[in-house]
Amino acid sequence: MARITLETLRHSYVEKPGSDVDWALASLDLEWTDGGAYALLGPSGCGKTTLLNIISGLLRPTEGRVLFDGTDVTDKDPVDRHVAQVFQFPVVYDTMSVFDNLAFPLRNRGVAEPAVRERVTEVARMLELDGLLARRASGLSADGKQKISLGRGLVRSDVNVVMFDEPLTVIDPHLKWVLRSKLKEVHQRFGNTMIYVTHDQTEALTFADQVVVMLGGRVVQIGTPVDLFEAPRHTFVGHFIGSPGMNILPCAVDAGKVVFDGETVALDSPPRAVPAGTLELGVRPEFVRFAPDGIAVEVVKVDDLGRHQVVEVRRGAHAIKLIAAEGEAIPSERPRIAFDPRRARVYADGWMVEGGASR
Amino acid sequence: MTARTTNQKAWWLVAPVVVLVAFNALVPMMTVVNYSFQETFGDNVFFWEGFKWYEELLRSERFHDALVRQLAFTATILAIEVPLGVAIALAMPRRGPWVSVCLVLMALPLLIPWNVVGAMWNIFALPDIGLLGRLINGLGVDYNFTQDPTSAWVTTVVMDVWHWTSLVVLLAYAGLCSIPDAYYQAAKIDGASAWSVFRHIQLPKMKRVLTIAILLRFMDSFMIYTEPFVLTGGGPGNTTTFLSIDLVKVALGQFDLGPAAAMSLVYFMIVLLLSWVFYTVMMRNEGT
Repeated sequence: MARITLETLRHSYVEKPGSDVDWALASLDLEWTDGGAYALLGPSGCGKTTLLNIISGLLRPTEGRVLFDGTDVTDKDPVDRHVAQVFQFPVVYDTMSVFDNLAFPLRNRGVAEPAVRERVTEVARMLELDGLLARRASGLSADGKQKISLGRGLVRSDVNVVMFDEPLTVIDPHLKWVLRSKLKEVHQRFGNTMIYVTHDQTEALTFADQVVVMLGGRVVQIGTPVDLFEAPRHTFVGHFIGSPGMNILPCAVDAGKVVFDGETVALDSPPRAVPAGTLELGVRPEFVRFAPDGIAVEVVKVDDLGRHQVVEVRRGAHAIKLIAAEGEAIPSERPRIAFDPRRARVYADGWMVEGGASR
Repeated sequence: MTARTTNQKAWWLVAPVVVLVAFNALVPMMTVVNYSFQETFGDNVFFWEGFKWYEELLRSERFHDALVRQLAFTATILAIEVPLGVAIALAMPRRGPWVSVCLVLMALPLLIPWNVVGAMWNIFALPDIGLLGRLINGLGVDYNFTQDPTSAWVTTVVMDVWHWTSLVVLLAYAGLCSIPDAYYQAAKIDGASAWSVFRHIQLPKMKRVLTIAILLRFMDSFMIYTEPFVLTGGGPGNTTTFLSIDLVKVALGQFDLGPAAAMSLVYFMIVLLLSWVFYTVMMRNEGT
């Protein structure tokens, strides 16, 4: 178990990185507290796997340091860092039995056979592999193999951090739930620090206490799922998390008032000064409602999803989505909408304007 | 019963394959079978002999000797080429500009015609004018492949290793390249030694291609003809007379078509049987 600190980490796969695009990781300062369950969320190619491989020691960062409990481990091998990593595709040693697979990391470290037996049995029971221990690992299904990969990480008692690199990619949908709750259970039982890389927001939000959202080699926001939902710091977070994502509308700020398409939008605490850059108004569909005194729109489409309805409306060239309750009547005559003044925010060049909105 | 139109025209679609197989396998094969039961003195006159040639062959010391020589040769080159090929494949770079250089170097021997390989090694190893022959004799070793059986054997084996190890290398290399990085990364994290990585990741993942490599090398070396024919002509004496060389001596040298046909069929059956044994043994744990 360890607290993991990343200091001004940068990484490039190019020999002599020049421009910004050469950097897979632009610049990172991060601290992962001991025993936390983290999700690393972002689109493909944003540097998630690179970051993971740097923490586990499979990659050496171009610049910066990795600290475990304050000790510099930047130059240490994966073995000496005592980490566990589960990969996208299950890795099992085909010729070995399930038992030998689970015992492999312990035997490599010279653990005595009775202790190996004890640990393997315990972990196998936890992962519900105990009936399969004598089987050849190559004969198992994808989820069984992925459990073995996970188990090989968990058998060691000295593991500092368990990392998952999109571990459920090849798992059947109905088993994803089962495995995910298993991971949660493992986390509660063993209390390891866990980092879970994914591009699936549902996975991230259900697994993690803290979600780290990455974009283009940078961290755009770290926060609880609620933070990310209610106060996205960047329009990317707003758009990437939530279904449907946040509405992002061009706006102007004039004398303390926020104006969208000629209409003044009431905000609890609008930006005091006019921020520099391209200004946008961000508001989640959950915080838009039909209101008699709001902005005039026309309804384009209604999707009834059962528990709620997703309504797409249009104001000029701008599409706005809003969520209406189940069975709520959608006004057909001159519909008007209003934004929740506590939850709508102004973004400048994509970043939330601080002090503008209240929590 | 409902009336059904029967259309047999589809047979025409398989006809080309049937004709092709008939002419390149069935007809020649049956001709050989035909010869193997008869005696001929030319002019297309045949006398029925029954199993006589088979009985003679199975009792023939000459055939036994050639078979033993053949088995020894094949076992030797397999024992050298397979481990050596795997070792070279492991040592080859997995990425970077040297990959293509290595691949081309490896492919070169495979592109040389068999008889050229024989001729090259013949001249290369001649004790009086060959570079290799002069060198070895210069080092004080008595080496003359045209007169000394050991020298002839060593030369034949080394020539085959030089010619065909590349095939094993290329196949093993392809197997190695198909292993995802995650396996090596997981092994690193699990603290596996280099030997463990080879034993538990690389070797199992290469198993299929190695099976193919071994089968190809087995069949090919078991039927080797051209290189030893050019190099030694089966000599000195009969010491490098392998099955094919012996077969040609019987069929074309002595023009004994009947015995030669019987020998061909037995030879064919041995290759088939051994290939099947190899394949079954190597595949017995697949998919369980």
